[in-house]
Amino acid sequence: MVAGAQSGRQTAAPGTDTGAGAAIAPAIELVGISKAFGPVQANRDISMRVMPGTIHGIIGENGAGKSTLMSILYGFYRADAGEVRIGGRPVAIPDSQAAIRAGIGMVFQHFKLVPNFTVLENVVLGAEEGALLRPSLAKARASLRDLAQEYELDVDPDAVVEDLSVGHQQRVEILKALYRQADILILDEPTGVLTPSEADHLFRILRGLKAQGKTVILITHKLREIMEITDTVSVMRRGEMTATVETAGSSPEELAELMVGRKVLLHVPKAPATPGATVLKVEDLRVTDADGVERLKGIDLEIRAGEILGIAGVAGNGQSELLKVLGGFEKATGRVTLNGHPLDLSGDRLAQSRRAAGIAHVPEDRHHLGLILDFAAWENVAFGYHHAPEYQANALLMDNAALIRDTAGKMERFDVRPPIPTLAAKSFSGGNQQKIVLAREIERNPDLLLVGQPTRGVDIGAIEFIHKRIVELRDAGKAVLLVSVELDEILSLSDRIAVMFDGRIMGERLPDRTDERELGLLMAGVAE
Amino acid sequence: MDFGTLLQILDSTVRLGVPLLLACLAGLYSERAGVFDIGLEGKMLMAAMLSGAAAFVTGSVWLGCLAGIGGSLVLAAIHGAAAITFRGNQLISGVAINFLASGLTVLMAQSWFGQGGRTPALDGGARFQALTLPLADTLRPVPVLGPVYADLISGHTALVYLAFAAVPVTWWVLYRTRFGLRLRAVGENPGAVDTAGISVTRLRYTAVAITGLLSGLAGAYMATALQAGFGKEMTAGRGYIALAALIFAKWRPWGALWACLLFGFFQAIALRPDVVEAIVRVKVPVPALDALPYVLTVFILAGFIGKAIPPRAGGEPYVKER
Amino acid sequence: MQRLPVWADVVLVPILSLLAAFLISALVILGIGGNPVEALQVMVTGALGSAYGWGYTLYYATNFMFTGLAVAVAFRASLFNIGGEGQAMLGGLGVALVCLAVDWPHWALALPAAMLGGAVFGAAWAAIPAWLQAKRGSHIVITTIMFNFIAASVLVYLLVNVLRPPGSMDPATARFPEGAGLPTLHDIPGLGGIFDRNTPANITLFLALACVGLVWLLLFRSRLGYEIRAFGKSEPAAVYAGISPVRITMIAMLISGGLSGLMAVNNVMGEAERLVLNSVEGAGFIGIAVALMGRNHPVGVMFAALLFGFLYQGGAELGLWTTIPLELRTVVQALVILFTGALDTMMRMGVERVFALFARRAA
Repeated sequence: MVAGAQSGRQTAAPGTDTGAGAAIAPAIELVGISKAFGPVQANRDISMRVMPGTIHGIIGENGAGKSTLMSILYGFYRADAGEVRIGGRPVAIPDSQAAIRAGIGMVFQHFKLVPNFTVLENVVLGAEEGALLRPSLAKARASLRDLAQEYELDVDPDAVVEDLSVGHQQRVEILKALYRQADILILDEPTGVLTPSEADHLFRILRGLKAQGKTVILITHKLREIMEITDTVSVMRRGEMTATVETAGSSPEELAELMVGRKVLLHVPKAPATPGATVLKVEDLRVTDADGVERLKGIDLEIRAGEILGIAGVAGNGQSELLKVLGGFEKATGRVTLNGHPLDLSGDRLAQSRRAAGIAHVPEDRHHLGLILDFAAWENVAFGYHHAPEYQANALLMDNAALIRDTAGKMERFDVRPPIPTLAAKSFSGGNQQKIVLAREIERNPDLLLVGQPTRGVDIGAIEFIHKRIVELRDAGKAVLLVSVELDEILSLSDRIAVMFDGRIMGERLPDRTDERELGLLMAGVAE
Repeated sequence: MDFGTLLQILDSTVRLGVPLLLACLAGLYSERAGVFDIGLEGKMLMAAMLSGAAAFVTGSVWLGCLAGIGGSLVLAAIHGAAAITFRGNQLISGVAINFLASGLTVLMAQSWFGQGGRTPALDGGARFQALTLPLADTLRPVPVLGPVYADLISGHTALVYLAFAAVPVTWWVLYRTRFGLRLRAVGENPGAVDTAGISVTRLRYTAVAITGLLSGLAGAYMATALQAGFGKEMTAGRGYIALAALIFAKWRPWGALWACLLFGFFQAIALRPDVVEAIVRVKVPVPALDALPYVLTVFILAGFIGKAIPPRAGGEPYVKER
Repeated sequence: MQRLPVWADVVLVPILSLLAAFLISALVILGIGGNPVEALQVMVTGALGSAYGWGYTLYYATNFMFTGLAVAVAFRASLFNIGGEGQAMLGGLGVALVCLAVDWPHWALALPAAMLGGAVFGAAWAAIPAWLQAKRGSHIVITTIMFNFIAASVLVYLLVNVLRPPGSMDPATARFPEGAGLPTLHDIPGLGGIFDRNTPANITLFLALACVGLVWLLLFRSRLGYEIRAFGKSEPAAVYAGISPVRITMIAMLISGGLSGLMAVNNVMGEAERLVLNSVEGAGFIGIAVALMGRNHPVGVMFAALLFGFLYQGGAELGLWTTIPLELRTVVQALVILFTGALDTMMRMGVERVFALFARRAA
């Protein structure tokens, strides 16, 4: 182990590849890869080399072309131009089978597992020994035992995958790749769904793999992870690879700048909050899902007028349920008051009454909740407010003309481009879609704004605009509940921060008296 | 009801349950692979007509059977193209195939034979003959078991025994072979199959072809074993009942056997309203007996008798994600 | 991916799908030894060449407008209602019960009552599958298929055992009273010169056209229609917007079943003037083809219904005057469903390729 780790470190100097490259061929080399989807150039003339036994990071914003590049490497897409070399030799990768043969293993962001199969069956699938299953399963069982010992990859081979935790499911994905003799392991945003402690375990596994001479490519948009584990890092921006540097010789600030192409404002300029009366008071809020699992286990919180409360936490710890209960489309028990009036938590179809009570909601997932992508922009502006008196022509029919006029105004005020109300929502970019949702909700002048992942999949220019609007609403004396998995966003926008873990509030902090490390511990469920 | 009547009804149950069973297993392969198929009815009908026609012309029931399977496979290929290659709506495609078969069978039979859309009556080698199992007559005098063996177990056509054998074979294929593992996987998460380097398209086409083969047998059985020739709309909704049985069976082979025998039993007693009346002591209208399988299916679908969870990727065309 | 211009998407692709369906139908006619050109001539003459033909074409089109609209409304809520056939059968029962209940003095009194009877019975038959879908998640496609079979059994029982007049051997109800007879197009002042006395087309045609307009208003101008369309596009989003899935599933299916049931005013009250077995004659299923071809838009449904009225009457004429059986109609119907419904992507991909080719040439 120790010797392996050292040899790994020695080769981890591809920055000086004029010398080392001559002796050892790169594990993977991309030369001039380009790929276009119609008019969109997803990858432009990308070249990159990764030395064997190293961990290489690829960092970039959403839509920078990271996933496309990896899909080309895994045979999902064919590049329009360019060449892939494995171990110095050019290889064609027309399909996943070829990628597997070339020794490439991929762990996708959304796992590719069969949920009602056992771990063993998932590992064997596609790598069977013959037409009958029994010998294949026996061989895989022995092989898994070895792998579990070699790396910290212990998973019960007979467990059904859907019963496993997310962290364990990810291990199954890694086992699948290793069982197929992968020498190069690509992980796409692997920590997005993990708690910090699970992420730590993953990193230990990755270090172990590196020590055994495997090559790891880590795709992420989290600078912290890049700094923590990679040897070298490539930065992507708008389909191009802007730089490849040695991690040790770089800094988060430099990488961030390379990522977005200019200095990033890590802090939103805002005046100190002047909180007023209590707007929202939540006491002992509990939610049990259809499978009988308790998702919220007694939430207490309070938001006052003119204040932004940020909810930090790893995705899947109850934040979504909290938003849904407050937004009126999930049932709960407990007590919630808005401006002193209790809210109904157990009735059907409460979303309308919430809007009437003065709660607006920018949902976490604008594609599945916030917008109807096939509807025109003006139809989406009515979405949820289609009962509003100003949109009605008479008792039965809606006033479409008034709606279109209203939409044009909103598009102008929120700088939506192109400002065409009759264009279908799916034709707008992510940022402009989000502005449509934001315009619809904020212009209702709500007492309480619920906002989930406001800048997910949104370009950097729109992020600043959206943050500014949220702060403006606060300054106008409204209460804001912000849910985000991006700690930076939570830290820069919130006036108070509550951390959620496993359906509970782990603690509350003030943004200027805490840091990512302390919040990270709370997010992992480590109490004060 | 005496023992003889019971045997008669059970014998009908087997004969009427077999086309359901073949069609049900046919649907099982397709739906387990994630391709919904409400076009079983059409495939059966097409196979029934072609097998009736070919058996009449060639005088060989086996050639007839092959022709039936061929016709069913063509329709299965159309469904495959629509559902797999062109990612169309699988339900709509199934509906289209049922109508296509309903119209084409009459058109073809009429143009070939001019007998009002029927195929000519079959006899001799153009029909499946009952097989007598060894010792059937010798054992007949044995009380209870003798008649059961001689009249219920023995004396069916080859396709009956084939259909019953298809149940354990299907179970074995599904749970003990590489192909079965992949088939079940592609119906649950085609993404997992694709990233494992296996072609989702090829796997699904194979499944749809097996569906074509088995529904072809089901149709051939209708025209050359159960009846002596093809008649307009002769499948009479059996494809839909098979679909109902598949749901009842929760997409499992052994479950399919019991469900199809149950629905076959309903059809058998619908033919003997006198027996039903003797047992329940109330005159039950024949239409009520006819409707029984459908009503029962609705109850099953409503979840009043256990919950049926279809394969997760069923009905969804597979699109590679970025 | 090259995006298609709107006109190509809305007009070109459906027309090409239709042409493909017709082309294959022509091949089928050739295959069974017929002459497609001659067949088309017989169909055109038979369906459009005379007042008699027109009358039947419009009569059938009226049926298909109702069932087509029924399928389209449900489709807009992303519900595939295959149960139009059974709902129309039950609608027929409702219309018959209303017509036989009272010795109606005048059709103007009988019509609204019969409409109510047909719509309520049709809607009621759709309500059970709708409720099972909304509350228990039972797949509406399978349940509506089952309800078609159950409806057939119910009708057989009632016509044979309950509603058959004493002494009659026919499984049918008694004739409706004189006062329940609807005016045919021939009876309408101004149209009498155009249409034949024996024309089955009756004033229900105008009722169907009114339904086209009403469904358009419902879908594209009303709040309810907005909610139906939003629910049809995305159930989670609809829930976020405060739209109740249970309510919309129920309402959309009730409207759908009601429209199917209304068809009975045309065929049972307007034409047969009694309820017979198999009065629907597959019109419920043709509604699927009509809705798909009309892109689930009321105006599109209207035109598609006219086309299918032509096909249906023309097909009947083929059965009369040529050796081609009238089942050819079923084949054409199947091909239209196949090409406009299931192979839509294939046609679209083809057209996209051609457009991309031209775009490249132009560039």
